[in-house]
Formats: sequence, C-alpha cells, structure tokens
Amino acid sequence: MVDIENLKEKARQVRIEIVKMLAQAGSGHTGGSLSSADIVTALFFYKMRHNPEDPKWKDRDRFVLSKGHAAPVLYTALALSGYFDKSLLGSLRKIDSPLQGHPCCKLLSGVEVSTGSLGQGLSVANGMALGLRLAGSPARVYCLLGDGEIQEGQVWEAAMTASHYKIDNICAIIDHNRLQIDGNCSEVMNIEPIEAKFEAFGWNVFTIDGHNMQEIVEALDMAEKIKGKPTVIVANTIKGKGVSIFEGKVQYHGVAPNQEELEIALKELGEDGKN
Amino acid sequence: MGKTESCGCVLSNSTELYGKEMATRDAYGITLVDLGKKDSRVVVLDADLSCSTKTAKFAKSFPERFFNMGISEQDMIGTAAGLAFAGMIPFASTFAIFATGRAWEQIRQTVCYSNANVKIVATHGGITVGEDGATHQALEDVALMRVIPEMTVIVPADAYETSQSIYFAANYYGPVYIRLGRAKVPPVMPENYKFQLGKAHIFNLGKDVNIIANGLMVSEALKAAEILNKEGISTGVANFSTVKPLDEEALLKIAKSSRLILTAEEHSIIGGLGSAVSEFIAENYPVTVKRIGIRDSFGCSGPWKELLKFYGLTSENIINTAKKYLKE
Repeated sequence: MVDIENLKEKARQVRIEIVKMLAQAGSGHTGGSLSSADIVTALFFYKMRHNPEDPKWKDRDRFVLSKGHAAPVLYTALALSGYFDKSLLGSLRKIDSPLQGHPCCKLLSGVEVSTGSLGQGLSVANGMALGLRLAGSPARVYCLLGDGEIQEGQVWEAAMTASHYKIDNICAIIDHNRLQIDGNCSEVMNIEPIEAKFEAFGWNVFTIDGHNMQEIVEALDMAEKIKGKPTVIVANTIKGKGVSIFEGKVQYHGVAPNQEELEIALKELGEDGKN
Repeated sequence: MGKTESCGCVLSNSTELYGKEMATRDAYGITLVDLGKKDSRVVVLDADLSCSTKTAKFAKSFPERFFNMGISEQDMIGTAAGLAFAGMIPFASTFAIFATGRAWEQIRQTVCYSNANVKIVATHGGITVGEDGATHQALEDVALMRVIPEMTVIVPADAYETSQSIYFAANYYGPVYIRLGRAKVPPVMPENYKFQLGKAHIFNLGKDVNIIANGLMVSEALKAAEILNKEGISTGVANFSTVKPLDEEALLKIAKSSRLILTAEEHSIIGGLGSAVSEFIAENYPVTVKRIGIRDSFGCSGPWKELLKFYGLTSENIINTAKKYLKE
C-alpha cells in the first residue's frame, strides 16, 4: 500500500527546503521548483529504486532533470533521500559549492547528468534506457521536462527516437505549469496540444493533476506496465505551487524569495521557521 | 578526471593497416568491427550517413548495437551520452561539420560538462570532401572541439594511426573527438609507431625549419622537407595528431631548434593546430610561426586534389613559404 499521506508530508518538507535554500542563495528558480515538487517527491520517495548508499548501483532507476533550472527540487530530494547532508543545501549557488545553479553530475553524487541548457535531457534519458536494455537491466529512466522546454526541437528528435526504438523503460513527465520566463507558453510560443503531439509521435500519454499525489502515483505505476512504446505523463501543475504569493506568477520563474516572502512561504507551508 | 584507462578491452596492434594507402574513414570502419568483436559494450550511432562514415560495417556485424538516429545530430550526441552513462562505450559518427557544428552545445553541455565517455568520430573533415562543397567541408571543427574543457582532439595522419587512435579512444575514459577524412591518404607513420595521447611524433628535427602538421598534411610536409633538405635547408617534420592536449615538451624542443616554424593543417588557420602551436610558442619561446591552412574562408566544390592545390595545402606551398620567411 502506498502511504499517500506520508508522501504529501514529504512534499511539504521538500517545498520548505526549496524556499529556504533559494532565499539563502538570493537567486534561483522558485516557480518551476515548486510546481514539480509533488512529482519529484513521488519519484524519489515512492517509485524509483535507488540507493543513496550506493549511488552508482548499476540497476538503479535513473532520474534526468531535463529542466535543470529546477535544481533546488532535485537537490532537496537527494538530500532528504540521504545522498548528502541537508546542511549542504545552504551552499546553493555559492562559489565552490557542489550545488551549482544548474545541476552538475561531476560535482554532486546522485545527479545523473549535467543539465540546464533546455531540450537535451530526453535524448540522454533515451540513451540510458537503451543502454540499460542492452545490458539486460530492469532499471527504468524518468525524465522531467518543462512545458516551455518542449519548444526545443531536440525534444521532438528524442520523442521520435523513443518511439522508433520502442523504448518502454522510459517515462517522461511534463511539468505543465503553463508559464515560461517571458510569459504564458501559449503567448510566447504555443505548445498545445501537447498530448496530441506525443500521441502522433507514437507515445502512450497520461494526463494527470500534477499536485494530486494519488494521481501521480497511479500514473507512474501504470506507465511501468505499458510495453512496446514510451510513456509521457502530462502533469498539469501550478507554477509556484504551495505558496499563494508565488502561485501562477511568472515573475517568480527565476527569482528567489526575499526574507519577507520566505516568512510568508514558511508560514503557509506550516513551518514556523525555528530551524 | 577521466584520465584512467578503465575500459579493459584488448588492445589490437592495428598492424593490418600499416603501410596501407587508405582513407582514414575506411580504417575506422574496419577497426570498429574489430572493437565490436572484442567488447560488447561498444555501441555505434550514426545520423543517416553510415555508408559514408563506414559505420555501416559495424551495423552489419552488430545490428543490435548500432543505432541509426536519422538526420538528428543533436539527439544522436545526447543519446550517445545516455548510453555512456549506462556503461556502454558509444562511438557517434557523422560528417565533421554536422557533428561539431550542429551538435556543439550538446557536446559542451551534455558530454563534456558531464564528462560522459562519448567518442565522436567524425569523417569528411576538411576540403577533401570535394564536390559537395562548402556546406559539407568542415574547416572549423578542430577549433570548435578544442575550445571545450575536458575534450580530447585527435587528427590522425594515416590509416595506421587512425586505427591505433580508435583503439586508444575505446580504452580511455572521457570525451574524445577524432577527425577523419574522405580521401585516400598515403601511409606515413613508421611500423614501430605507437599512438600515445598528447605525444607528437617527430620524424626528424630541423635546424632551420620545422613543419608541424597533422592529418593529410603530414605527408605533404614530409615531401616538402625532403626537397628542402636536399636544397640545404635543414627541415624537420612533426606529426601533432593530438591537438589537445598539446605536446608542449615536443613543441619546446622544436622551438629551440627552429629559425622558423610552419604549421600545416587541412583546417582554418583560426582555432586549429596552427593556433594551438602559436599560442604556446608566443607564451613560452617566441619563434616566427607561419600557419598554412585555409585562410578565413569557406571551401568550394571541386575535385579534392585540385582543391588542395587551390587552397595551397601542398608541399609546393610549404616549400615556398619556408623559403620566403627564412629570407626575411
């Protein structure tokens, strides 16, 4: 049995760490880290088979954060999983920190590939999945993309590849929060209909509420059972989810909370800020 | 980082290819099949040019380990990185301009910044592509690869050296770029030659002129040196097949023995071997350096041998340049 309540509580803790580390760094991507917090929580604390004691375990499930600017959500998930001490989160974006503004796999255990330049992660995830299949490994690969990110042409090259090679040990997840730096995705460069596009490329598509833990868990479970084709989960989310002053606000795409905003955020997330 | 020999596949001696006049891409195709037999982790990717890059041979022998990515170089490089992260040893091939130009940022971000164990072996480097013309002639690829941290850049001179450098790449952990050609090239490397990363091969050291070359310009340099030496100008030749990391020790030795250094490459004089040599010489032991290569222009269509003459990539031009600048 999946303990949904426990996962929801974990997601709350993840959000608390995200806003704290961003406020301490004084810069970073608040909106897209919070919008994907429930998805990443479900992956690291429910779905993925991984071992923080043995981060290079060959049969581990892989997570590729193609939307690398959501680094804080990945760092938090890794820290709370036990890959490194939580205190390291405070070093985000500081000189010599392994917690770079965008993830660097050479510096931080648990980061599978360096990302940040958008549109590149799905190709890497495909390659991992193909390699694992060749090696006879049961491991699966999860790849989180932003919705604005799928404006990159390489994403569709990779979408074609996954389908062509019938890569069914991959699951892509689109954090569909509808906002990108310059505004609404639909106004900057319309990406709809996302589902029909992936279906036309030969993918199995699930659409879910990306903040409903039950739906996330069910979609991840179902994706594992789909054979012969790749699966994408289009997760409808809210940018900045969990903190009212950030929710749906495009200006918090790449801006960290100030001290006042942090206090509001922690209060709303049920953290009194004592530690 | 990434400098350990960890792949453990058995090194072949490449001797079959010694002394053969052959395009370096053909040597690649042959070597790749041998590598595939020796190590099941070797996988190959191509972007719809497998007949030209000669990876088709591997595809025929090991279809389950060959991935035709279609005409999508960016996705090919990313997929190659993923395969590397899953423990495979991927060789990704296409024409040099598409490999390094179209997918440059993927190589920078996904391969090098992640230190992914990806081997990019590009064919059709330089103007000897011939009739296809400027769009398909890579004159900038060495510059594009050399500037990226963690990247290793190799431009072999003949089939024998190509084969050795391919085996080397398979046994080395980290990103490698190997630039090969379309045209047949004569054998130049001696039978006892053993490729070593970052080690130049000095054929002989001149007291007046030393020619530093790579790729097919090594054979032109050797022809030029023979004539210059007969005419009483002491001329040496060195094959700097590894452009990065540069053999600084050999360069210093050459600089100390030179009144004039000539560099010769089938590449733009901006950013390639000539630039790498000039940067080191200017900072460490200033000697006059003249660069022979494509002088800040695109290529054009034509038979490859005529193109070499048209752009001055010949022993004659090396000889004339040597004489002209020795006088000054």
